[in-house]
Amino acid sequence: MSAEVPVSPRRGLPFGVRAVPREVVPAWLPPLVSIGAIVLALAIGAIVLALVGGDPLAAYGQIARSSFGSIDVFSDTLIKAIPLMIVGLACSVAFRMRLWNIGAEGQFFMGAWGASAVVLIPLVAEDTSRWLVIPLMLLAGMAAGALWGFIPGVLKARFNVNEIISTLMLNYIAIAWNDFFIFGVWSEGGFQMSKTFPKNAWLPRLTDYADYVDWFSGLTTHMGLLFALVAVVVVWLILYHSRWGYEIRLIGDNPRAAQYAGVPIARHTVLVLMLSGALAGLAGMSEISGVVHRLQGQISPGYGFTGIIVAWLAKLNPFVIVIVSILFGALILAGREIQPSGIPKMIQGIILVCLIASDFLLRYRVRLQRVERLNA
Amino acid sequence: MDPTIILQAGVASGTVLLFATIGEIFAERAGVLNLGVEGMMLMGAMTAFSVALLTGNAWLGVLAAMLVAGLLSQLHALITIHLQADQVVSGLALTFVGTGLSLVFGEGLSKAGGGALIEPFSIPLLASIPVVGPIFFANQSPLVYLGYLLAPAAWYYVYHTRPGMNLRAVGEYPAAADSMGVNIYRLRYLYVFVGGVLAGLAGATISLAVSPGWFSELTTSGQGWIAVGLVIFAQWNPLRAMFGAYAFGALRRLILDIQGPTVLFGARNPFFYNPYLGFFLQMLPYAFTIIILVLGSREAVRNRLGAPAALGLPYVRGERGR
Repeated sequence: MSAEVPVSPRRGLPFGVRAVPREVVPAWLPPLVSIGAIVLALAIGAIVLALVGGDPLAAYGQIARSSFGSIDVFSDTLIKAIPLMIVGLACSVAFRMRLWNIGAEGQFFMGAWGASAVVLIPLVAEDTSRWLVIPLMLLAGMAAGALWGFIPGVLKARFNVNEIISTLMLNYIAIAWNDFFIFGVWSEGGFQMSKTFPKNAWLPRLTDYADYVDWFSGLTTHMGLLFALVAVVVVWLILYHSRWGYEIRLIGDNPRAAQYAGVPIARHTVLVLMLSGALAGLAGMSEISGVVHRLQGQISPGYGFTGIIVAWLAKLNPFVIVIVSILFGALILAGREIQPSGIPKMIQGIILVCLIASDFLLRYRVRLQRVERLNA
Repeated sequence: MDPTIILQAGVASGTVLLFATIGEIFAERAGVLNLGVEGMMLMGAMTAFSVALLTGNAWLGVLAAMLVAGLLSQLHALITIHLQADQVVSGLALTFVGTGLSLVFGEGLSKAGGGALIEPFSIPLLASIPVVGPIFFANQSPLVYLGYLLAPAAWYYVYHTRPGMNLRAVGEYPAAADSMGVNIYRLRYLYVFVGGVLAGLAGATISLAVSPGWFSELTTSGQGWIAVGLVIFAQWNPLRAMFGAYAFGALRRLILDIQGPTVLFGARNPFFYNPYLGFFLQMLPYAFTIIILVLGSREAVRNRLGAPAALGLPYVRGERGR
């Protein structure tokens, strides 16, 4: 990245745009540019909202109030943020190696299915202790997610199959697989959902401890938050403090150098996609055991896809993912009440577009210059 | 379970994949991977259906769809060509934006029925050819007939014309093409636009001809992604894309029809007696996409063929050429 971008001046304008590559990026610039991109995205979203006859200010005000307005709604925001944190981590691990795992949505569903199987087959007796059931569900969910990452991993490593397409196709397969069980095998009384899980398969919630701490009463934030935070630290340790993580980053930054250094790229491809799938599966388990308490079709408003944006917005930094997830959790929570229903998805898309476009500002200094100097 | 009907419907619904796949072939031949096909198709389907509803003219709907999807594609072009962003992430973003915008502008459209549609017709003489006639030339949409012309025309353009040669040069070795006076930036914008226009046409084909109506995200149900997979299977060759698209279309129809009869190949039809098994049939197009990618990549290695060499790489003039 050394040459200038040849941006020619528009005919008739006295000024042209000139982009000069940056030698150093000041530390304050990336966060500033990211925030600027989000503000710009919200402004564009507001224009679109106004175009379809909505009131953008009212809509944004409502999003803020119904997600951060009180401790109760903030608890609900956190509940939406939990799967985003874990899925965001899942995506960031794969993206760090430049593996485009777009299949977190399917891995999430498989995780939910695996966790449900423990209760619904059932693999454990009805009166088993919660402290045995939940770890089992956790393992089953992560294993099912990891399997859904293993398939594209092996296909990529052995047959050079593009993982973008294979992970995406596996999303549809996972949803059909889930539907088979929801509509058929585990259907409860003909409804498209399983029976409600027994209480020993529910993740503990804050409100369960209201006897000890008064203000926990009514707060349904669940133990999945703990899973998410532990996962953040584990992923950070793996990526930045282990040999494996170093090799993952090396492959991501310079695959050729990694190859010359003897890094087993094929094996890492499979393992990283399995780790990514296992994390997305964990998110599915946490959602099914912490919030929904049964297997059904509507368990994800696209967490698997929003996780991609979360990971990218956080620049793949595990700790920043936590903060970004809370913001997007708010958007998803409030989005349920906003009409038209496509608004949250549209705003997410516009945010991502502005974000990747703004990266240009980190790599180049953009200057307006008089045409004669530009041509000189 | 009439093979003629399955193939006839397969050609019709395969036309959707055909347009989208050929569009993506053009973009990728120019070195720009556009994963926004699904989003552009949804925008096209929504625009076509609503314009046809408002104006009463289905062809205006088709034109509007092509224009809107083409404009949307220019967002990806700007971000990846001049701003040099990662093509994968930008394409994903385009799908998010296209999906979101089409849901917002298509709100309420699923309840509105009875707009103008593109009516099918039979081609005289050709339709009476045995076997082939009823499948390809009887009671098909004009858009299907357009597909028969487009695929060979695209193939001829890519392999046997000078602009087609420039197109391939831009995707294979942009630095060399640049030194020969080919405007890399302009051609990349142009072919990304062509890709968008054809994705819009694919969307319009769904909502105005193949399965009329607007059913939000279910309108395309992932066909844009299947098209991206088909490009690899087709080895970036429009004629192979034609074969793949029609085969996929036929598969989609077969999945529906196989659940109908009580007896299948002389045995009890499990798909009739246990409708839940239908979910496994629904997996087939997606599973087949993965399988053809496995087959396609093995063949590519054997034939030393593959993606355009500069696919996915931004071109910066003066930088060490690739």
